[in-house]
Amino acid sequence: MSLLKSIPKLFLIASAFAMLAGCDAVVMSPSGDVAMQQRDLIIWSTILMLLIIVPVIILTLVFAWRYRESNTKATYKPEWDHSTVLELVVWSAPLLIIIALGALTWVTTHQLDPYRPLDRIGPDRPIPADTKPLVIEAVSMDWKWLFFYPEQGIATVNEIAAPVDQPIQFKITSTANMNSFFIPALAGQIYAMGGMETKLHAVINEPGVYKGFSANYSGAGYSDMKFKFHGVSEADFDSWVQKVKTQGDDLSYDVYAQLEKPSVADPVHYYATVADGLYDKILNRCIEPGSVCMKDLMTSHSHHHGEGEAENGHMEGMHEHAE
Amino acid sequence: MSDTTVTANTNQGAAEPSRFLVPGEYHVPQGTLLGFWIYLMSDCLIFASLFATYGVLGRNYAGGPSGADIFELPLVALNTTFLLISSITYGFAVLQMQQNKLRGTMLWLVITGLFGAAFIGVELYEFIGLINEGAGPQRSGFLTAFFSLVGTHGLHVTFGLVWMVTLLLQLKKHGLIHENKRRVFCLSMFWHFLDVVWIGVFTFVYLMGVLPA
Amino acid sequence: MPPGGKYDIPIHHALWAPVAKMSDHFDLTKLIFGRLTWEAIPYHEPILVATFIAVALGGIALLGALTYFRVWGYLWKEWFTSIDHKKIGVMYMVLGIVMLLRGFSDAIMMRIQQAIAFGDNAGYLPPHHYDQIFTAHGVIMIFFVAMPFVVGLMNFVVPLQIGARDVAFPFLNNFSYWMTVAGAVLTMISLFVGEFAKTGWLAYPPLSGIMQSPDVGVDYYIWALQIAGVGTLLSGVNFTVTIIKMRAPGMSLMKMPVFTWTALCTNILIVAAFPILTAVLAMLTLDRYLGTHFFTNDLGGNAMMYINLIWIWGHPEVYILILPLFGVFSEIVATYSGKRLFGYTSMVYATVVITVLSYLVWLHHFFTMGSGASVNSFFGITTMIISIPTGAKIFNWLFTMYRGRIKFEVPMLWTVGFMITFVIGGMTGVLLAVPPADFVLHNSLFLIAHFHNVIIGGVVFGVFAAITYWYPKVFGYKLDPFWGKCSFWFWCIGFYFAFMPLYVLGLMGVTRRINHFDDPSLQIWFIVAAFGAFLIALGIASFLIQLVVSYRKRDQNRDLTGDPWGNGRTLEWSTSSPPPQYNYAFTPRIHDTDSWWQMKQEGFKRPESGFVAIHMPKNTMAGMLLAGLCTAFGFAMIWHMWLIAGVSFATMLISAIVHTFNYDRDYYIPAEEVERVESERTRVLANNV
Repeated sequence: MSLLKSIPKLFLIASAFAMLAGCDAVVMSPSGDVAMQQRDLIIWSTILMLLIIVPVIILTLVFAWRYRESNTKATYKPEWDHSTVLELVVWSAPLLIIIALGALTWVTTHQLDPYRPLDRIGPDRPIPADTKPLVIEAVSMDWKWLFFYPEQGIATVNEIAAPVDQPIQFKITSTANMNSFFIPALAGQIYAMGGMETKLHAVINEPGVYKGFSANYSGAGYSDMKFKFHGVSEADFDSWVQKVKTQGDDLSYDVYAQLEKPSVADPVHYYATVADGLYDKILNRCIEPGSVCMKDLMTSHSHHHGEGEAENGHMEGMHEHAE
Repeated sequence: MSDTTVTANTNQGAAEPSRFLVPGEYHVPQGTLLGFWIYLMSDCLIFASLFATYGVLGRNYAGGPSGADIFELPLVALNTTFLLISSITYGFAVLQMQQNKLRGTMLWLVITGLFGAAFIGVELYEFIGLINEGAGPQRSGFLTAFFSLVGTHGLHVTFGLVWMVTLLLQLKKHGLIHENKRRVFCLSMFWHFLDVVWIGVFTFVYLMGVLPA
Repeated sequence: MPPGGKYDIPIHHALWAPVAKMSDHFDLTKLIFGRLTWEAIPYHEPILVATFIAVALGGIALLGALTYFRVWGYLWKEWFTSIDHKKIGVMYMVLGIVMLLRGFSDAIMMRIQQAIAFGDNAGYLPPHHYDQIFTAHGVIMIFFVAMPFVVGLMNFVVPLQIGARDVAFPFLNNFSYWMTVAGAVLTMISLFVGEFAKTGWLAYPPLSGIMQSPDVGVDYYIWALQIAGVGTLLSGVNFTVTIIKMRAPGMSLMKMPVFTWTALCTNILIVAAFPILTAVLAMLTLDRYLGTHFFTNDLGGNAMMYINLIWIWGHPEVYILILPLFGVFSEIVATYSGKRLFGYTSMVYATVVITVLSYLVWLHHFFTMGSGASVNSFFGITTMIISIPTGAKIFNWLFTMYRGRIKFEVPMLWTVGFMITFVIGGMTGVLLAVPPADFVLHNSLFLIAHFHNVIIGGVVFGVFAAITYWYPKVFGYKLDPFWGKCSFWFWCIGFYFAFMPLYVLGLMGVTRRINHFDDPSLQIWFIVAAFGAFLIALGIASFLIQLVVSYRKRDQNRDLTGDPWGNGRTLEWSTSSPPPQYNYAFTPRIHDTDSWWQMKQEGFKRPESGFVAIHMPKNTMAGMLLAGLCTAFGFAMIWHMWLIAGVSFATMLISAIVHTFNYDRDYYIPAEEVERVESERTRVLANNV
């Protein structure tokens, strides 16, 4: 009787999963190898936990029904409050599940560490020997995304493209507020923080246009802080780069100063050239002439004094001002 | 606890009421000292947060001065001496109190207070000097952490001084009654606690601060 | 600050602006009113104006009614200045219910906004307003709904369960309550004067820093939480001492009722966690008011430190909320199953283990910060380990039901609803503790669904169960079961409708705190969620109706025995409902965890004479006065009214010192009075056998 009652419940859970796969659940049907592994991990962890969750729910309903007050046929033992065997089961059942899950966690957390360079581009598909990862530097601003392609010498706002099956290395920072860089179809997210650089390694396996956005609330324009990620063939990627180079403007320090002002829902914009060291200055928060770069944060006044000729021009400038 | 006052309308077979209750008045143990101790432990966590903050920000000079640039160890050593002596003199106050000597207790409390005030005076002198040099708390992460840690300790000592004055008035008014003795003990714990915290500050901030980086 | 110092900052930094402003303008209006001008009153926002009118009319009606029925004196003498833990407990619950209405209004506004704001329709809440609403919703629900409920329950129940006459520091208890109210009042004022924070409920910098949020919103947040937090901390100290020192003779630690055990662990957590909140809020205050660099992007601040510190408080905080409700469920499941709690010892150890572990998991709130695989997996695994004692608890409740005689009264319905709902929330929680899975689910609606799953399924269900369970003890009559059942089913079904769609949306890659959407395929899920919120609204309405109906039917539902459920096990059921002011005429002596159960079994008879005078603390208005000054101080600081801030702070300090000169804080209830009350009870009991 009670078992019969629980069958629809199991069916419901199974069908919920099926439904999710069917509808537009990008986390459950991603297009990049990293996100795919994360999806598999979600499914396996859920199955592991259902091993204990389902019996608990069923038992709750069964006991609630069987030992209801009106069922006088059921045994009633008001003083029964201990059973060593049951206690052992009660503690060891969740323990076993957690040991399994913990091991899975340890292994996958290291495997899917966003800082770790990829060692494959798909199941049983190692990275070809001569492939170098595509480097993209992503900067979250109020409230748009600025991307640098250091090897191609271009920059874009709110749009990126990458060739299918080529590893990508994202270097991520922020100008002011904390954001989170997230392309669900590609890989998990990582925070974008001012004065700091986080990294993300990923690969896209199917061509297509995917949504990217900030996944961490950062103020008034946050809801529109979206960009498009194009997974394209190698040839299409080259022509996209060409398009940026022909259509784009120059990203000088002055242009950047304009860009840095808060704005909402910016259109896609291309930059054919980028001023020297711009990303580095953004990362180190020393765009403003005379400001101390983050990498020199631990330099003190006297340390500087003692060295006399310091390597950083702006630090010198500051020094003179102070004397 | 005499049973004569309890009336037991005991039925045959039923338990004696006194099995399940305390006849007469029951004196609940006093919890003030324990409570105050727990409060001190929570205060200790505030200092722990500030020490942790100092650990994180302590070398973010941002082109400003480092500990070696600004700390004057002789001054701080003097300061430390004042505070340590004040802990000893507080000890004398408690000893006098245990002998029920009101005048002696108050006298030693006054001496303790003077040393505490001297400590605060030296600290303020140090702070004002730093701020005038441009090394105020807004200058760098290091100085922010320094001022907040040392300043929070200083605020505690100041509060201790206010409390000490209040307590002196209360002693004068009511003498060494039970409540006042308890208060002297509480302040004593507070005062020694601040001493311990200061030893941490002196070691981790000042002594380690002047070490070459 | 004059330039020219040896170490001055070489460039003019914008962070100096607020500091400079303080000294530049020095006119009297500024000194008194700070930055408060008529501009701060949002009379151009129709929603707020309508709310204000409604609140004002309601307030006037309430004040009018109170005056008309001449209850001011009664309220003042019997409630506001009361140091009776039972009354303070009730006042906490009232605060929680009032703030629940506010917090829930925020919730339903968000659900409506997200259900309609698709494509060209921007909805009816612009970001400026929407961002305040989700921030206020989180802050209010945690600090001014869940916390008052939990502290209120502990206030009422703990002294009764341990056979004490009050808490260790009765005045402090009253003061703590009013400090919590002060925080709630400041939060409510922000609705009509100025604005609330637009930062999310934990106010992460740099967004909450002075550069990004120069307005008063974050200052309201800081001062409201700081003031309420002091209250909570003091009440934590108070209850820890109460439980350690004031247990009735014979009640060793392992004979304490489970609710008292969970209360002890919760209060230890409060004492050990809230100082960190105090410290981190103080640092943010200094950053905003003095231009220091704790969490700034520039000049050596570190925003990650804020996120670490706030979660070192924040994670224990969620256990502060849930542990006492675990205790409530333990009491309820044993009572209505008519059975001893299964596995008392393992229940206690599970609670203690959770208490300790709750400090070792904070980093799981930000796996995506990039801490490295080993750190992430360490915190992921510690998080999972918490599910072992929690799982053991669930099983223990299960085996308490096993071979019981379960009465499905309303509290038991909530308990079964909790057990099923909570394990689902627990499962998704463990899933989020797997770092790589968290990378795709963090900050998504999946996360929102998860924590509402455990907070509603655990804390809210538990609070309603507890209210129904102890209501007859508090007021002397039972709550009407029909409306109680309505409330339960609306809440329970409403919860599933409101939050299951959010799980789905999370898996569709939808993040939290979004104001409007482009993808029309999402809309149906948000509409279902809004429908769920509407059902929950009916649940809340049913609860309020239940209070009124039960009051009107109080004579039918009167509890004259003191043990209204017939199966009471712990000490509080041995005294009358409501309990006399002194709780117990004689201090009880304990031999068993289920002491009242044992007393009934052994045929205990109440003594009918031999009463002695009882030593009790006196009422005082000092708590209310100090908290009132604190509110004024907070408000003045928010608006930079330095003069008022200074005056109110000085007054507060002096009042506190004056209060310490009052040595006359207690009195005796004469033996005759005790005898009168007790013989009245004897008469009532005799008439009802």
